[in-house]
Amino acid sequence: MRREIRLSGYGGQGLILAGIILAEAGMYDGHEVVQTQSYGPEARGGASKAEVIISSDPIDYPKVTAPDVVLIMSDAACARYACSVETGGTLIVDSGLVAQVPPTKGELYKVAITDVASKATGKTITANITALGVLNTIAKIVSPESLERAVAGRVPRGTQELNLKALRAGVEAAAALL
Amino acid sequence: MAGSCDSRARLMQGNECCCEAAILAGLKFFAGYPITPSSEIAEVLAERLPRVGGKFIQMEDEIASMAAVVGSSLTGAKSMTATSGPGFSLKQENLGFAAFTEVPCVVVNVQRTGPSTGLPTSPAQGDIMQARWGTHGDHPVVALYPSSVSEIFDITVKAFNIAEMLRTPVILLMDEVIAHMRERVIVPCADEVEVVDRVRPTVAPADYLPYDAASDGVPPMADFGTGYRWHATGLYHDVTGFPTSIPSKVDFLIRRLIAKVESRKKEITFTKSQYMDDARVAVVACGITARSARSAVRSAREKGIAAGLFQPQTIWPFPSEMIADIAGRVDRIIVPEMNMGQLVLEVERAAAGKCEVVGYSRVDGEPITPDEILARLEEV
Repeated sequence: MRREIRLSGYGGQGLILAGIILAEAGMYDGHEVVQTQSYGPEARGGASKAEVIISSDPIDYPKVTAPDVVLIMSDAACARYACSVETGGTLIVDSGLVAQVPPTKGELYKVAITDVASKATGKTITANITALGVLNTIAKIVSPESLERAVAGRVPRGTQELNLKALRAGVEAAAALL
Repeated sequence: MAGSCDSRARLMQGNECCCEAAILAGLKFFAGYPITPSSEIAEVLAERLPRVGGKFIQMEDEIASMAAVVGSSLTGAKSMTATSGPGFSLKQENLGFAAFTEVPCVVVNVQRTGPSTGLPTSPAQGDIMQARWGTHGDHPVVALYPSSVSEIFDITVKAFNIAEMLRTPVILLMDEVIAHMRERVIVPCADEVEVVDRVRPTVAPADYLPYDAASDGVPPMADFGTGYRWHATGLYHDVTGFPTSIPSKVDFLIRRLIAKVESRKKEITFTKSQYMDDARVAVVACGITARSARSAVRSAREKGIAAGLFQPQTIWPFPSEMIADIAGRVDRIIVPEMNMGQLVLEVERAAAGKCEVVGYSRVDGEPITPDEILARLEEV
């Protein structure tokens, strides 16, 4: 088993934190994990990506080479980082933020992730966690229990309930598509 | 400490892991001037060190940071700084002072693409020779080079122990990719980590000769402020610590400094090998490149190529004897590195014509991929 996941958007959306949480959940499931990231000098804005590899075997080269799951949360990220997936892969876009959906050989899912987060928690800032709910429900990467545990362990103290609500909203939004 | 320790698997960033290991190894003082891609080390230690009775200080620049580290270590505190290329250049003068006055310390250099300000946040392995010869004059050097987050843990502890054991600065060379990525690490309990402390004098202050070395070439070191008064100088000095220009004493000092590291070479040389027993072609690689090489070597084996990997974790002193041994057993050594060819020079020197040595350089700010190394292995 080897899964390569790329989460891309703009700086400030919390996608690197989302990548850390996903990797941690993979670790809780007993897998080898590596999480890397790339971002520009901007604290907010610009293009940002987090990559996660989850594998049953030790991971040598830590960068994603052929992602089987790609999340896109901004047009700029799509322009900067390759955002296509090959046949059999999964492309998930925040349809509220991405105007130009790239052509893809993989399966495409459009979810208004940030709107879903905003309706569930009243805060667009939780969209990264909603994205994890969407992504994991569609692509089945880690166990839902490990994902909840990782979210609760990594988000700022006092925001656990809020973020778990955002996660579950993502799970429900994705389940409705399947 | 047993029982109170929370030893378990943690997802840790390389830089964060370096901090945890340093604290377990006894770090009590950090001075730095944060620079990408090493900044998280300063960030984490600013928060962590005061909680364990240590001190963190952000200095006005890299030169002052290195000076503060030397001063702090002279008082007996295990000390460290962390930087990247441009900062490592600035630290060289005081690094030479630390080597010459025999002040233990750990200097982390998370390399980035150079020269000069270079390519911030992009990886490179261009400081291999600077780690050896960055400061002027003959001087002893120990430089260690991890290739994973869990290796960062082990190697950081070893860096502190070697610094204390040999009274010398130890350079921890890291790659941006490893420093910034997160991996699973099993953090041991404090009582599971072997920690070495510098030897302190047993004689009375009045009888203390600061540079009177024991039989292992390492003089006992008194903490400043404890009644032992001694002189630490960048000039050539005799056993009293005061300057001398007497040729026999000058010669004695520099030879002792070089010998104290060389004589312990076996003890401080750490390497990893994979599929080397029957290899006909060996890849010699460090850090992030060793990871790609490991993958390439495995793929090559699946294709029937007798490839192997030799990964030096200690790059200075260079494991010449081990390379010479490999060169006598293989047809070819390939040295992939993210610079224009530095490690390959040492490998060529050590191989001494016993086999073909071929370098491979990638210098565009991106790590070398397994496919690139596999292509070189398939050229055989």
